[in-house]
Amino acid sequence: MDIQSIHPLVIFFAAITTNNILLTNFLGMCSFLAVSKDLKSSLGLGVAVIFVSTFTAPLNWLVYHKLLVPYGLEYLQYIAFIIVIAAFVQIIEMIIERVSTLLYLTLGIFLPLITVNCAIFGCVLFLVIRQYTFMQSIAYGLGAGTGWALAIAALAGIRTRMEKKSKVIAELEGPGIALVITGIMAMAFIGFSGIVKIN
Amino acid sequence: MSPIITAIVVISALTGGLTILLLIAEFFFANYGEVTVDVNAGEKTLKVKGGANLLSTLASQKLFLPSGCGGRGSCGTCKCRVVDGGGPLLPTETPYLSDEERKTSVRLACQIKVKNDIKIQVPEELLSIKEFETVIEKITDFTHDIKGIRFKLPEGETIKFKAGQFANLFSKPYDEVREETSRAYSISSAPKDNKAIELIIRYVPNGMVTTYVFKHLKEGDKVKLIGPFGEFFLRDTDREIVCIAGGSGLAPIRSIILDMIDRGISNRKATFFFGAVTKKDLYYVEEFKEIEKNHPWFRFVPALSRDDSDHPYSKGLITDVVASNYSDLKNMEAYLCGSPGMIDACEKVLTSKGMPKTQIFYDKFS
Repeated sequence: MDIQSIHPLVIFFAAITTNNILLTNFLGMCSFLAVSKDLKSSLGLGVAVIFVSTFTAPLNWLVYHKLLVPYGLEYLQYIAFIIVIAAFVQIIEMIIERVSTLLYLTLGIFLPLITVNCAIFGCVLFLVIRQYTFMQSIAYGLGAGTGWALAIAALAGIRTRMEKKSKVIAELEGPGIALVITGIMAMAFIGFSGIVKIN
Repeated sequence: MSPIITAIVVISALTGGLTILLLIAEFFFANYGEVTVDVNAGEKTLKVKGGANLLSTLASQKLFLPSGCGGRGSCGTCKCRVVDGGGPLLPTETPYLSDEERKTSVRLACQIKVKNDIKIQVPEELLSIKEFETVIEKITDFTHDIKGIRFKLPEGETIKFKAGQFANLFSKPYDEVREETSRAYSISSAPKDNKAIELIIRYVPNGMVTTYVFKHLKEGDKVKLIGPFGEFFLRDTDREIVCIAGGSGLAPIRSIILDMIDRGISNRKATFFFGAVTKKDLYYVEEFKEIEKNHPWFRFVPALSRDDSDHPYSKGLITDVVASNYSDLKNMEAYLCGSPGMIDACEKVLTSKGMPKTQIFYDKFS
Protein backbone atom coordinates (compact mmCIF):
# COMPACT_ATOMS: atom_id res chain seq x y z
CA MET A 1 0.00 0.00 0.00
CA ASP A 2 1.22 3.46 -0.83
CA ILE A 3 2.07 5.20 2.41
CA GLN A 4 1.14 8.66 1.18
CA SER A 5 -2.44 7.58 0.58
CA ILE A 6 -3.09 6.76 4.24
CA HIS A 7 -5.50 9.24 5.73
CA PRO A 8 -3.84 11.51 8.37
CA LEU A 9 -6.50 10.51 10.87
CA VAL A 10 -5.45 6.88 10.56
CA ILE A 11 -1.86 7.87 11.16
CA PHE A 12 -2.95 9.85 14.20
CA PHE A 13 -4.67 6.87 15.80
CA ALA A 14 -1.95 4.46 14.80
CA ALA A 15 0.64 6.70 16.44
CA ILE A 16 -1.28 6.50 19.68
CA THR A 17 -1.97 2.77 19.65
CA THR A 18 -0.12 0.34 17.38
CA ASN A 19 2.88 2.57 16.89
CA ASN A 20 3.01 4.21 20.30
CA ILE A 21 6.41 5.83 20.30
CA LEU A 22 7.06 4.94 23.93
CA LEU A 23 5.62 1.47 24.19
CA THR A 24 6.67 0.11 20.80
CA ASN A 25 9.89 2.03 20.24
CA PHE A 26 10.85 2.72 23.86
CA LEU A 27 11.78 6.32 23.09
CA GLY A 28 11.76 9.09 25.66
CA MET A 29 12.48 6.70 28.49
CA CYS A 30 14.54 8.99 30.74
CA SER A 31 11.88 11.59 31.42
CA PHE A 32 9.26 8.83 31.26
CA LEU A 33 10.86 7.10 34.24
CA ALA A 34 11.90 10.24 36.10
CA VAL A 35 8.68 12.27 35.98
CA SER A 36 6.14 9.47 36.30
CA LYS A 37 6.01 9.51 40.11
CA ASP A 38 2.84 11.56 40.31
CA LEU A 39 -0.01 12.11 37.93
CA LYS A 40 0.01 15.90 37.99
CA SER A 41 3.54 16.50 36.82
CA SER A 42 3.41 13.59 34.37
CA LEU A 43 0.34 15.17 32.76
CA GLY A 44 2.19 18.49 32.59
CA LEU A 45 5.12 16.85 30.86
CA GLY A 46 2.76 14.87 28.63
CA VAL A 47 0.97 18.00 27.44
CA ALA A 48 4.32 19.69 26.84
CA VAL A 49 5.45 16.74 24.70
CA ILE A 50 2.20 16.80 22.70
CA PHE A 51 2.66 20.50 22.11
CA VAL A 52 6.29 20.30 21.04
CA SER A 53 5.97 17.21 18.88
CA THR A 54 2.88 18.57 17.09
CA PHE A 55 4.75 21.70 16.09
CA THR A 56 8.25 20.39 15.50
CA ALA A 57 7.05 17.53 13.27
CA PRO A 58 5.69 19.76 10.46
CA LEU A 59 8.43 22.32 11.07
CA ASN A 60 11.10 19.74 10.54
CA TRP A 61 9.16 18.31 7.61
CA LEU A 62 9.51 21.71 5.96
CA VAL A 63 13.20 21.94 6.84
CA TYR A 64 13.84 18.48 5.43
CA HIS A 65 11.78 18.64 2.24
CA LYS A 66 12.18 22.31 1.37
CA LEU A 67 15.76 22.91 2.50
CA LEU A 68 17.79 19.74 2.92
CA VAL A 69 16.40 17.62 0.03
CA PRO A 70 16.70 20.33 -2.66
CA TYR A 71 20.38 20.81 -1.80
CA GLY A 72 21.04 17.10 -1.36
CA LEU A 73 21.98 17.55 2.29
CA GLU A 74 19.87 14.74 3.77
CA TYR A 75 22.91 13.55 5.73
CA LEU A 76 22.77 16.73 7.82
CA GLN A 77 19.24 16.00 9.02
CA TYR A 78 20.26 15.11 12.57
CA ILE A 79 21.98 18.44 13.19
CA ALA A 80 19.25 20.42 11.48
CA PHE A 81 16.44 18.73 13.39
CA ILE A 82 18.11 19.20 16.76
CA ILE A 83 18.75 22.89 16.11
CA VAL A 84 15.17 23.46 15.00
CA ILE A 85 13.74 21.64 18.04
CA ALA A 86 16.01 23.49 20.47
CA ALA A 87 15.27 26.91 19.01
CA PHE A 88 11.54 26.22 18.89
CA VAL A 89 11.45 25.14 22.52
CA GLN A 90 13.45 28.21 23.57
CA ILE A 91 11.11 30.61 21.81
CA ILE A 92 7.99 28.89 23.14
CA GLU A 93 9.38 28.99 26.67
CA MET A 94 10.02 32.71 26.39
CA ILE A 95 6.54 33.38 25.06
CA ILE A 96 4.81 31.25 27.70
CA GLU A 97 6.76 32.86 30.50
CA ARG A 98 5.72 36.27 29.27
CA VAL A 99 2.11 35.51 28.50
CA SER A 100 0.89 33.40 31.39
CA THR A 101 2.55 32.56 34.67
CA LEU A 102 0.04 29.81 35.32
CA LEU A 103 0.77 28.15 32.00
CA TYR A 104 4.47 28.57 32.64
CA LEU A 105 4.16 26.78 35.97
CA THR A 106 2.22 23.84 34.56
CA LEU A 107 3.87 23.54 31.15
CA GLY A 108 6.84 25.87 30.85
CA ILE A 109 9.10 24.29 33.41
CA PHE A 110 9.01 21.01 31.49
CA LEU A 111 9.99 22.54 28.17
CA PRO A 112 13.77 22.52 28.72
CA LEU A 113 13.46 18.81 29.57
CA ILE A 114 11.87 18.16 26.22
CA THR A 115 14.59 19.77 24.12
CA VAL A 116 16.68 16.68 24.69
CA ASN A 117 13.82 14.20 24.66
CA CYS A 118 14.46 11.38 22.21
CA ALA A 119 10.73 10.82 21.67
CA ILE A 120 10.52 14.21 19.94
CA PHE A 121 13.58 13.51 17.87
CA GLY A 122 12.49 9.96 17.09
CA CYS A 123 9.11 11.23 15.96
CA VAL A 124 10.80 13.58 13.49
CA LEU A 125 13.10 10.86 12.17
CA PHE A 126 10.19 8.44 11.67
CA LEU A 127 8.23 10.91 9.60
CA VAL A 128 11.23 11.28 7.34
CA ILE A 129 11.91 7.54 7.06
CA ARG A 130 8.25 6.75 6.44
CA GLN A 131 8.03 9.57 3.87
CA TYR A 132 4.90 11.16 5.29
CA THR A 133 3.28 14.11 3.58
CA PHE A 134 3.00 17.45 5.35
CA MET A 135 -0.52 16.78 6.60
CA GLN A 136 0.43 13.28 7.67
CA SER A 137 3.37 14.58 9.66
CA ILE A 138 1.14 16.99 11.59
CA ALA A 139 -1.16 14.08 12.42
CA TYR A 140 1.80 11.90 13.30
CA GLY A 141 3.36 14.55 15.56
CA LEU A 142 0.08 15.05 17.38
CA GLY A 143 -0.51 11.31 17.63
CA ALA A 144 3.02 10.45 18.80
CA GLY A 145 2.84 13.13 21.49
CA THR A 146 -0.61 12.01 22.60
CA GLY A 147 0.53 8.39 22.73
CA TRP A 148 3.55 9.34 24.83
CA ALA A 149 1.39 11.43 27.19
CA LEU A 150 -1.08 8.59 27.51
CA ALA A 151 1.66 6.13 28.38
CA ILE A 152 3.30 8.36 31.00
CA ALA A 153 -0.07 9.20 32.56
CA ALA A 154 -0.93 5.50 32.74
CA LEU A 155 2.40 4.66 34.33
CA ALA A 156 2.07 7.53 36.82
CA GLY A 157 -1.39 6.32 37.75
CA ILE A 158 -0.15 2.79 38.33
CA ARG A 159 2.87 3.99 40.29
CA THR A 160 0.84 6.20 42.64
CA ARG A 161 -1.57 3.36 43.31
CA MET A 162 1.24 0.93 43.85
CA GLU A 163 2.99 3.21 46.27
CA LYS A 164 -0.07 3.20 48.49
CA LYS A 165 -0.96 -0.45 48.35
CA SER A 166 1.77 -2.80 47.26
CA LYS A 167 5.12 -3.64 48.70
CA VAL A 168 7.92 -3.69 46.17
CA ILE A 169 11.11 -5.52 47.04
CA ALA A 170 13.95 -3.09 47.69
CA GLU A 171 15.97 -4.16 44.65
CA LEU A 172 13.15 -3.26 42.28
CA GLU A 173 12.03 0.02 43.80
CA GLY A 174 11.81 3.12 41.59
CA PRO A 175 12.99 2.75 37.98
CA GLY A 176 13.22 -1.04 38.28
CA ILE A 177 9.56 -1.69 38.88
CA ALA A 178 8.65 1.15 36.51
CA LEU A 179 10.50 -0.68 33.72
CA VAL A 180 8.70 -3.93 34.54
CA ILE A 181 5.35 -2.12 34.41
CA THR A 182 6.34 -0.50 31.13
CA GLY A 183 7.13 -3.89 29.69
CA ILE A 184 3.74 -5.27 30.64
CA MET A 185 2.06 -2.14 29.29
CA ALA A 186 3.96 -2.56 26.03
CA MET A 187 2.76 -6.16 25.75
CA ALA A 188 -0.79 -4.98 26.34
CA PHE A 189 -0.40 -2.48 23.52
CA ILE A 190 0.59 -5.29 21.16
CA GLY A 191 -3.07 -6.18 21.44
CA PHE A 192 -3.77 -3.20 19.18
CA SER A 193 -1.62 -4.50 16.34
CA GLY A 194 -3.51 -5.46 13.26
CA ILE A 195 -6.03 -2.66 13.66
CA VAL A 196 -4.02 -0.21 11.59
CA LYS A 197 -0.62 -0.36 9.97
CA ILE A 198 1.42 2.68 9.03
CA ASN A 199 4.92 1.43 8.37
CA MET B 1 29.05 24.69 -5.94
CA SER B 2 30.95 22.04 -4.12
CA PRO B 3 28.80 19.97 -1.73
CA ILE B 4 30.90 21.01 1.25
CA ILE B 5 30.29 24.69 0.65
CA THR B 6 26.57 24.05 0.03
CA ALA B 7 26.37 22.20 3.33
CA ILE B 8 28.10 24.97 5.22
CA VAL B 9 25.97 27.67 3.61
CA VAL B 10 22.69 25.86 4.20
CA ILE B 11 23.42 24.96 7.82
CA SER B 12 24.74 28.46 8.53
CA ALA B 13 21.63 29.95 6.96
CA LEU B 14 19.43 27.70 9.07
CA THR B 15 21.24 28.43 12.36
CA GLY B 16 21.59 32.11 11.48
CA GLY B 17 17.89 32.35 10.71
CA LEU B 18 16.97 30.65 13.95
CA THR B 19 19.36 32.84 15.92
CA ILE B 20 17.78 35.96 14.46
CA LEU B 21 14.37 34.54 15.34
CA LEU B 22 15.53 33.89 18.89
CA LEU B 23 16.96 37.38 19.22
CA ILE B 24 13.73 38.90 17.93
CA ALA B 25 11.74 36.75 20.35
CA GLU B 26 14.03 37.74 23.18
CA PHE B 27 13.63 41.39 22.31
CA PHE B 28 9.86 41.15 22.32
CA PHE B 29 9.20 38.61 25.03
CA ALA B 30 12.14 38.57 27.43
CA ASN B 31 12.62 42.31 27.52
CA TYR B 32 11.07 43.56 30.71
CA GLY B 33 12.53 47.05 30.56
CA GLU B 34 13.72 48.89 33.62
CA VAL B 35 12.16 47.79 36.88
CA THR B 36 12.47 48.96 40.46
CA VAL B 37 13.56 46.78 43.33
CA ASP B 38 12.48 48.16 46.65
CA VAL B 39 14.58 46.86 49.53
CA ASN B 40 13.29 46.96 53.12
CA ALA B 41 10.37 49.33 52.50
CA GLY B 42 12.18 52.15 50.82
CA GLU B 43 15.50 51.86 52.62
CA LYS B 44 17.16 51.24 49.30
CA THR B 45 15.68 51.56 45.82
CA LEU B 46 17.44 49.90 42.94
CA LYS B 47 16.74 50.60 39.29
CA VAL B 48 17.63 47.48 37.36
CA LYS B 49 17.16 45.80 33.99
CA GLY B 50 14.40 43.21 34.28
CA GLY B 51 14.58 39.62 33.05
CA ALA B 52 17.32 38.13 35.20
CA ASN B 53 16.83 36.28 38.47
CA LEU B 54 16.61 38.20 41.72
CA LEU B 55 19.87 36.87 43.16
CA SER B 56 22.04 37.98 40.26
CA THR B 57 20.07 41.20 39.83
CA LEU B 58 20.81 42.09 43.44
CA ALA B 59 24.45 41.02 43.10
CA SER B 60 24.85 43.32 40.09
CA GLN B 61 23.78 46.11 42.44
CA LYS B 62 26.34 44.98 45.03
CA LEU B 63 23.70 43.58 47.34
CA PHE B 64 24.85 40.08 48.11
CA LEU B 65 22.50 37.47 49.47
CA PRO B 66 24.27 34.41 50.84
CA SER B 67 24.47 31.69 48.21
CA GLY B 68 26.26 28.38 48.44
CA CYS B 69 25.51 26.87 45.04
CA GLY B 70 25.81 30.01 42.94
CA GLY B 71 22.16 30.21 41.92
CA ARG B 72 21.39 26.67 40.78
CA GLY B 73 18.63 26.23 43.34
CA SER B 74 20.33 23.39 45.14
CA CYS B 75 21.38 24.87 48.48
CA GLY B 76 18.46 27.03 49.57
CA THR B 77 20.50 29.71 51.30
CA CYS B 78 19.51 32.72 49.19
CA LYS B 79 16.16 33.10 50.94
CA CYS B 80 14.57 36.50 51.22
CA ARG B 81 11.08 37.84 51.79
CA VAL B 82 9.33 39.02 48.67
CA VAL B 83 6.57 41.29 49.81
CA ASP B 84 5.19 42.16 46.41
CA GLY B 85 5.78 41.28 42.77
CA GLY B 86 7.44 37.88 43.09
CA GLY B 87 4.78 35.88 41.27
CA PRO B 88 3.53 32.47 42.42
CA LEU B 89 5.68 29.96 44.25
CA LEU B 90 7.71 27.83 41.80
CA PRO B 91 8.07 24.06 42.07
CA THR B 92 11.84 24.55 42.16
CA GLU B 93 11.53 26.48 45.42
CA THR B 94 9.12 24.36 47.41
CA PRO B 95 11.62 21.75 48.66
CA TYR B 96 13.59 24.45 50.47
CA LEU B 97 10.77 26.35 52.15
CA SER B 98 8.99 25.42 55.37
CA ASP B 99 5.28 26.02 55.84
CA GLU B 100 6.10 28.95 58.07
CA GLU B 101 8.32 30.47 55.39
CA ARG B 102 5.69 29.97 52.69
CA LYS B 103 3.16 31.82 54.79
CA THR B 104 5.49 34.77 55.28
CA SER B 105 6.28 34.83 51.53
CA VAL B 106 9.90 33.79 51.86
CA ARG B 107 11.33 32.88 48.45
CA LEU B 108 14.53 31.65 46.87
CA ALA B 109 16.12 34.65 45.22
CA CYS B 110 17.91 32.56 42.59
CA GLN B 111 14.66 31.11 41.24
CA ILE B 112 12.38 34.10 40.85
CA LYS B 113 12.76 36.36 37.86
CA VAL B 114 12.56 40.09 38.18
CA LYS B 115 9.88 40.89 35.61
CA ASN B 116 8.14 43.83 37.21
CA ASP B 117 8.56 46.18 40.15
CA ILE B 118 9.30 44.08 43.17
CA LYS B 119 9.39 44.73 46.91
CA ILE B 120 11.70 42.61 49.03
CA GLN B 121 12.87 42.42 52.60
CA VAL B 122 16.33 41.26 53.52
CA PRO B 123 17.97 41.07 56.93
CA GLU B 124 19.32 44.47 57.95
CA GLU B 125 22.89 43.20 58.11
CA LEU B 126 22.85 42.13 54.45
CA LEU B 127 22.76 45.77 53.48
CA SER B 128 26.15 46.08 55.11
CA ILE B 129 27.59 43.33 52.90
CA LYS B 130 30.05 44.95 50.58
CA GLU B 131 32.80 44.09 48.16
CA PHE B 132 36.23 45.29 49.24
CA GLU B 133 39.40 45.61 47.18
CA THR B 134 41.82 45.04 50.03
CA VAL B 135 45.59 45.13 50.39
CA ILE B 136 47.39 42.49 52.43
CA GLU B 137 48.95 44.24 55.36
CA LYS B 138 50.47 41.31 57.19
CA ILE B 139 50.82 37.54 56.93
CA THR B 140 51.63 35.62 60.11
CA ASP B 141 52.57 31.94 60.24
CA PHE B 142 50.73 30.55 63.25
CA THR B 143 51.48 26.85 62.79
CA HIS B 144 52.84 24.70 59.98
CA ASP B 145 49.47 24.83 58.20
CA ILE B 146 47.66 27.85 59.63
CA LYS B 147 48.26 31.44 58.61
CA GLY B 148 46.73 34.65 59.87
CA ILE B 149 46.23 37.37 57.28
CA ARG B 150 45.37 40.99 57.86
CA PHE B 151 43.60 42.75 54.99
CA LYS B 152 43.55 46.53 54.91
CA LEU B 153 40.36 48.01 53.49
CA PRO B 154 40.58 50.82 50.94
CA GLU B 155 41.16 54.28 52.35
CA GLY B 156 38.01 55.70 53.94
CA GLU B 157 36.02 52.44 53.87
CA THR B 158 34.87 50.55 56.93
CA ILE B 159 33.26 47.17 57.49
CA LYS B 160 30.37 46.60 59.88
CA PHE B 161 30.06 43.03 61.08
CA LYS B 162 29.03 40.95 64.06
CA ALA B 163 31.82 39.09 65.81
CA GLY B 164 31.69 35.48 64.57
CA GLN B 165 30.68 36.19 60.98
CA PHE B 166 32.71 35.27 57.91
CA ALA B 167 33.86 36.85 54.66
CA ASN B 168 34.46 35.37 51.21
CA LEU B 169 38.02 35.58 49.93
CA PHE B 170 38.53 35.52 46.15
CA SER B 171 41.61 33.95 44.61
CA LYS B 172 42.91 35.27 41.30
CA PRO B 173 43.73 32.82 38.49
CA TYR B 174 47.05 31.04 39.14
CA ASP B 175 48.95 28.12 37.61
CA GLU B 176 46.34 25.82 36.04
CA VAL B 177 43.42 27.42 37.85
CA ARG B 178 41.93 29.75 35.25
CA GLU B 179 38.99 31.11 37.17
CA GLU B 180 38.44 33.37 40.09
CA THR B 181 37.26 31.21 43.00
CA SER B 182 35.99 32.12 46.42
CA ARG B 183 35.88 30.43 49.82
CA ALA B 184 34.50 31.55 53.15
CA TYR B 185 36.77 32.27 56.11
CA SER B 186 35.81 33.44 59.57
CA ILE B 187 36.86 36.89 60.64
CA SER B 188 39.19 36.77 63.65
CA SER B 189 39.55 40.48 64.31
CA ALA B 190 37.25 42.59 66.45
CA PRO B 191 34.35 44.53 64.89
CA LYS B 192 35.75 47.69 66.44
CA ASP B 193 38.86 47.29 64.32
CA ASN B 194 36.79 48.23 61.27
CA LYS B 195 39.36 49.56 58.82
CA ALA B 196 40.85 46.11 58.30
CA ILE B 197 39.88 42.50 58.81
CA GLU B 198 41.87 39.47 59.80
CA LEU B 199 41.20 35.93 58.61
CA ILE B 200 42.72 32.69 59.84
CA ILE B 201 43.27 30.22 57.05
CA ARG B 202 44.23 26.59 57.31
CA TYR B 203 45.91 24.95 54.35
CA VAL B 204 43.73 22.38 52.61
CA PRO B 205 45.78 20.05 50.37
CA ASN B 206 44.83 20.85 46.76
CA GLY B 207 42.33 23.46 48.00
CA MET B 208 41.85 26.02 45.23
CA VAL B 209 41.87 29.11 47.42
CA THR B 210 44.12 27.93 50.26
CA THR B 211 46.79 26.90 47.74
CA TYR B 212 46.58 30.39 46.31
CA VAL B 213 46.89 31.89 49.77
CA PHE B 214 49.77 29.68 50.87
CA LYS B 215 51.76 29.56 47.64
CA HIS B 216 51.08 32.88 45.95
CA LEU B 217 49.95 35.62 48.30
CA LYS B 218 52.47 38.16 49.58
CA GLU B 219 52.19 41.19 51.76
CA GLY B 220 51.15 44.18 49.64
CA ASP B 221 49.08 42.08 47.20
CA LYS B 222 45.57 43.17 46.30
CA VAL B 223 42.74 40.74 47.10
CA LYS B 224 38.97 40.90 46.74
CA LEU B 225 36.79 40.19 49.77
CA ILE B 226 33.00 40.15 50.10
CA GLY B 227 31.31 40.12 53.44
CA PRO B 228 30.28 39.87 56.17
CA PHE B 229 27.97 36.84 56.12
CA GLY B 230 26.71 34.28 58.58
CA GLU B 231 24.44 33.51 61.46
CA PHE B 232 27.21 32.59 63.89
CA PHE B 233 27.53 35.42 66.40
CA LEU B 234 27.11 36.07 70.13
CA ARG B 235 23.44 35.99 71.18
CA ASP B 236 22.20 38.77 73.41
CA THR B 237 21.48 36.89 76.67
CA ASP B 238 22.87 36.70 80.20
CA ARG B 239 23.91 33.05 80.01
CA GLU B 240 27.39 31.81 80.75
CA ILE B 241 29.30 31.04 77.57
CA VAL B 242 31.16 27.88 76.54
CA CYS B 243 33.30 28.33 73.44
CA ILE B 244 34.88 25.30 71.79
CA ALA B 245 37.14 25.45 68.75
CA GLY B 246 39.74 23.44 66.92
CA GLY B 247 42.37 24.52 64.38
CA SER B 248 41.36 27.61 62.41
CA GLY B 249 38.01 27.54 64.25
CA LEU B 250 39.68 29.82 66.75
CA ALA B 251 39.02 32.79 64.43
CA PRO B 252 35.36 33.62 65.18
CA ILE B 253 35.81 32.84 68.89
CA ARG B 254 38.69 35.30 69.10
CA SER B 255 36.52 37.92 67.42
CA ILE B 256 33.68 37.24 69.87
CA ILE B 257 35.94 37.50 72.95
CA LEU B 258 37.63 40.70 71.70
CA ASP B 259 34.19 42.13 70.96
CA MET B 260 33.00 41.32 74.50
CA ILE B 261 35.97 43.23 75.87
CA ASP B 262 35.32 46.19 73.55
CA ARG B 263 31.64 46.29 74.46
CA GLY B 264 32.40 45.94 78.17
CA ILE B 265 30.35 42.76 78.64
CA SER B 266 31.66 41.49 81.97
CA ASN B 267 28.53 40.03 83.54
CA ARG B 268 28.79 36.83 81.49
CA LYS B 269 31.38 34.21 82.28
CA ALA B 270 33.11 32.76 79.22
CA THR B 271 35.37 29.76 78.86
CA PHE B 272 37.24 29.02 75.68
CA PHE B 273 38.26 25.41 75.09
CA PHE B 274 40.80 25.24 72.29
CA GLY B 275 41.53 21.75 71.05
CA ALA B 276 44.74 20.80 69.28
CA VAL B 277 46.79 17.67 68.71
CA THR B 278 50.22 18.74 69.92
CA LYS B 279 51.85 21.84 71.34
CA LYS B 280 52.98 23.02 67.91
CA ASP B 281 49.32 23.27 66.78
CA LEU B 282 48.55 25.94 69.37
CA TYR B 283 48.63 29.64 68.57
CA TYR B 284 47.40 32.92 70.07
CA VAL B 285 48.06 31.29 73.47
CA GLU B 286 49.92 34.34 74.82
CA GLU B 287 47.13 36.67 73.80
CA PHE B 288 44.38 34.60 75.43
CA LYS B 289 46.48 34.13 78.61
CA GLU B 290 46.82 37.91 78.73
CA ILE B 291 43.05 38.36 78.36
CA GLU B 292 42.50 35.78 81.10
CA LYS B 293 44.79 37.76 83.41
CA ASN B 294 43.04 41.10 82.78
CA HIS B 295 39.43 39.92 82.65
CA PRO B 296 38.22 37.72 85.48
CA TRP B 297 35.14 36.59 83.54
CA PHE B 298 37.28 34.84 80.91
CA ARG B 299 39.00 31.46 81.16
CA PHE B 300 41.22 29.90 78.49
CA VAL B 301 41.60 26.12 78.37
CA PRO B 302 43.84 24.75 75.63
CA ALA B 303 43.70 20.96 75.39
CA LEU B 304 46.15 18.67 73.61
CA SER B 305 44.90 15.29 72.50
CA ARG B 306 48.19 13.60 71.58
CA ASP B 307 51.13 15.31 73.26
CA ASP B 308 52.95 13.33 75.93
CA SER B 309 55.64 15.96 76.42
CA ASP B 310 55.66 18.13 79.48
CA HIS B 311 53.15 20.94 79.06
CA PRO B 312 50.87 23.02 81.26
CA TYR B 313 47.73 22.38 79.18
CA SER B 314 44.84 19.97 79.62
CA LYS B 315 45.36 16.51 78.21
CA GLY B 316 42.87 14.50 76.19
CA LEU B 317 40.19 14.96 73.57
CA ILE B 318 38.45 18.33 73.64
CA THR B 319 35.10 16.63 74.30
CA ASP B 320 36.45 14.88 77.41
CA VAL B 321 38.06 18.07 78.69
CA VAL B 322 34.78 19.98 78.25
CA ALA B 323 32.82 17.20 79.95
CA SER B 324 35.14 17.09 82.95
CA ASN B 325 34.74 20.84 83.48
CA TYR B 326 30.98 20.96 83.86
CA SER B 327 28.24 19.01 85.58
CA ASP B 328 25.14 20.87 84.48
CA LEU B 329 25.01 22.99 81.32
CA LYS B 330 21.29 23.74 81.31
CA ASN B 331 21.70 27.48 81.73
CA MET B 332 24.70 27.99 79.52
CA GLU B 333 25.19 28.79 75.87
CA ALA B 334 27.75 27.15 73.57
CA TYR B 335 29.58 28.48 70.52
CA LEU B 336 31.33 25.79 68.51
CA CYS B 337 33.61 26.21 65.57
CA GLY B 338 35.70 23.64 63.73
CA SER B 339 35.40 20.46 61.68
CA PRO B 340 31.96 18.83 61.37
CA GLY B 341 33.25 15.78 63.27
CA MET B 342 34.39 17.86 66.21
CA ILE B 343 31.16 19.84 66.32
CA ASP B 344 28.93 16.76 66.23
CA ALA B 345 30.94 15.14 69.03
CA CYS B 346 30.82 18.32 71.13
CA GLU B 347 27.09 18.75 70.55
CA LYS B 348 26.55 15.23 71.89
CA VAL B 349 28.56 15.96 75.05
CA LEU B 350 26.83 19.30 75.62
CA THR B 351 23.32 17.91 75.23
CA SER B 352 24.17 14.96 77.49
CA LYS B 353 25.03 17.51 80.18
CA GLY B 354 21.61 19.08 79.84
CA MET B 355 22.22 21.91 77.36
CA PRO B 356 19.17 22.44 75.11
CA LYS B 357 19.96 22.29 71.38
CA THR B 358 18.56 25.80 70.94
CA GLN B 359 21.42 27.13 73.07
CA ILE B 360 24.12 25.56 70.91
CA PHE B 361 25.39 27.67 68.01
CA TYR B 362 28.00 26.46 65.59
CA ASP B 363 29.92 27.15 62.41
CA LYS B 364 30.93 23.94 60.65
CA PHE B 365 34.07 24.23 58.57
CA SER B 366 33.71 21.82 55.69
